[in-house]
Amino acid sequence: MATKNAEAYEAVSKKYEWGFATDIEQDFAPKGLSEDTVRYISAKKGEPEWMLEWRLKAYRRWLTMDSPDWAKLSIPPIDYQDAYYYAEPRQKKTIASLDELDPEIRRTYEKLGIPIAEQEVLAGVEGARKVAVDAVFDSVSVATTFRAELKAAGVIFLSISEAIREYPDLVRKWLGKVVPQHDNYFATLNSAVFSDGTFVYVPKGVRCPMELSTYFRINAENTGQFERTLIVADEGAYVSYLEGCTAPMRDENQLHAAVVELVALDDAEIKYSTVQNWYPGDENGVGGIYNFVTKRALCQGRNSKVSWTQVETGSAVTWKYPSCVLAGENSVGEFYSVAVTNNRQQADTGTKMIHLGKGSRSTIVSKGISAGRSDNTYRGLVRVAPTAEGVRNFTQCDSLLLGDQCGAHTVPYIEVKNPSAQIEHEATTSKISEDQLFYAMSRGLDQEAAVALIVNGFAREVLQQLPMEFAVEAQKLLGISLEGSVG
Amino acid sequence: MLRIENLHAEIDGKEILKGLTLEVNAGEVHAIMGPNGAGKSTLGYVLGGRPGYEVTAGSVTFNGPEGPCDLLEKEPHERAAAGLFLGFQYPVEIPGVSNVQFLRESLNAQRAGRDEKPLSGAEFLKLARAQADALGLAQDMLKRPVNVGFSGGEKKRNEMVQMGIIDPAFAILDETDSGLDIDALRIVGDGINRIMRRPDKAVLLITHYQRLLDYVKPDRVHVLADGRITRSGGAELAHQLEREGYAEVVA
Repeated sequence: MATKNAEAYEAVSKKYEWGFATDIEQDFAPKGLSEDTVRYISAKKGEPEWMLEWRLKAYRRWLTMDSPDWAKLSIPPIDYQDAYYYAEPRQKKTIASLDELDPEIRRTYEKLGIPIAEQEVLAGVEGARKVAVDAVFDSVSVATTFRAELKAAGVIFLSISEAIREYPDLVRKWLGKVVPQHDNYFATLNSAVFSDGTFVYVPKGVRCPMELSTYFRINAENTGQFERTLIVADEGAYVSYLEGCTAPMRDENQLHAAVVELVALDDAEIKYSTVQNWYPGDENGVGGIYNFVTKRALCQGRNSKVSWTQVETGSAVTWKYPSCVLAGENSVGEFYSVAVTNNRQQADTGTKMIHLGKGSRSTIVSKGISAGRSDNTYRGLVRVAPTAEGVRNFTQCDSLLLGDQCGAHTVPYIEVKNPSAQIEHEATTSKISEDQLFYAMSRGLDQEAAVALIVNGFAREVLQQLPMEFAVEAQKLLGISLEGSVG
Repeated sequence: MLRIENLHAEIDGKEILKGLTLEVNAGEVHAIMGPNGAGKSTLGYVLGGRPGYEVTAGSVTFNGPEGPCDLLEKEPHERAAAGLFLGFQYPVEIPGVSNVQFLRESLNAQRAGRDEKPLSGAEFLKLARAQADALGLAQDMLKRPVNVGFSGGEKKRNEMVQMGIIDPAFAILDETDSGLDIDALRIVGDGINRIMRRPDKAVLLITHYQRLLDYVKPDRVHVLADGRITRSGGAELAHQLEREGYAEVVA
């Protein structure tokens, strides 16, 4: 039985249907990283002087820093001079309407099922609501939809490059306030060379009338993507934001080092959902995206709430800890995560809940699924400051193993400086059982369908946090990501 | 309908079935009885295609709605699509997956295997509710995760609800009566008769006790001991076993 099991679980193949490349002309920054690269990017964006200075300060700081090595990840040394930091599709500087978009780029998004024309909703989903999309192609935002309708509601939704030019005061007020420039190696690098991303501002008392989303596509070879997202929800505002991402299959590793900052003022709520599907590399671990991302929310206001939901199926290496600084009284932070690793993928992901405010509460639900020869680590910090009375946290970490050559690791850090805090931590590790598989198969499901069903059941609590449009996609993705993981 | 000839099967190199021969015709209910460790559950698992059970000799021919086939050649889900249903002695829990989702996906996978159109959500729910009602399973159990937190009796009823929904041509029911109280036993027995007592269907009942056979009258009763059928007879054989015990009858 034991040997049979090992055979059955041997990974054979894996499909990545988003792995095509788009053939278009692009302008690149000169290869490598220097002050000139930073100036090039800033000039390309037509940025004000303060922005360039901010970038240069970050760059000089970055030169003095070392890459972090505390995660349970094995990453070969990265040659930062052997990559491009800026790639821009060659097209008319400003396009008057979406019709003028390069047809190749348009086709790319059509193939990916991303609606960049306003009349459409996400492909293949019945009854889906309107979704506004910011489409980022390599280093540039190529389309932002529903702008007029959002503007009528008072919501600002545009690429961060435009926001720096059009709303400099608002951007300057918050940029780097949640994730300081020197926060960590990758965030500092991002601060120097970030190219595009999304800016959202929801004014006082406004409930954003539709889902907002950004779709990130890396296309160019040897090019890093460094996006920067800043979302500010003013008092009593509500916004739900989704992000998705894919990349072509290439043999070289590509770097994706993003920074996402969220700010929630009094009574504001931000729901941030991610379906991360970067190219994970092949079954031998060749190629794939290095996904080194810093995401943090500042729940500054009273009763503010931020909820992170992530479905992580892609990337060769994931280093990512979407966090909440719960500064406001009675503020709420939530983290719901499903991380799938297969073949040679490595993920070290989790969250930080920093409780500063009285009565602040947090919930962490992490579901890790490991297959093939992959390693999947949950790393989470719950910290309660001395002055934070009446804090509550509930953490649940479940790991599911497929096969006997993968690893699941849970590394919780709990630092409580106030005795009134109530902290709960539950963790389980299980293998997908032969009993469950055979039971489902004896009812008519083939092996892949049986695994997908059981895994989706395991991840149910997290998937049901996703907006409906994304939940359907995420369920399919979980099945596809594990295809071939059971023989 | 099902012809088993000289079946030998082993687990981890240990032979459990040692030349079992049995034939079940359409329209018949056969009971397999026998002492613990005789190989009764193994027979069910081998027929269902459970991994780890290795057939070393013999053959199993199944003549279902799709015509005759070599059952042992097929994967478990292909056997299900061919019309075989395995009722589990210990139904398995699947957390996070509702009964409705589980059964609808299963049924539609079977239908796809037979080139039939999938059932819509509404069609399926109607079917599922009718079966749950007939077996006295509360409607809300359909929405709950598969077997999670079900009592032993509820799990067995749930197996019968599944059988009613899937509507198989041939059912192998492994100790479906264990863990049932008297009332549940009657309901489950009635369910087996209602779903399976048809001229084009057949049942193999694996059981320790005579009591289920009071409700589901077998056409044939077989004693399985040490991996072989050692005696066969009519319904009266079950009564004799109940009176005299396996040791007496087998010896």
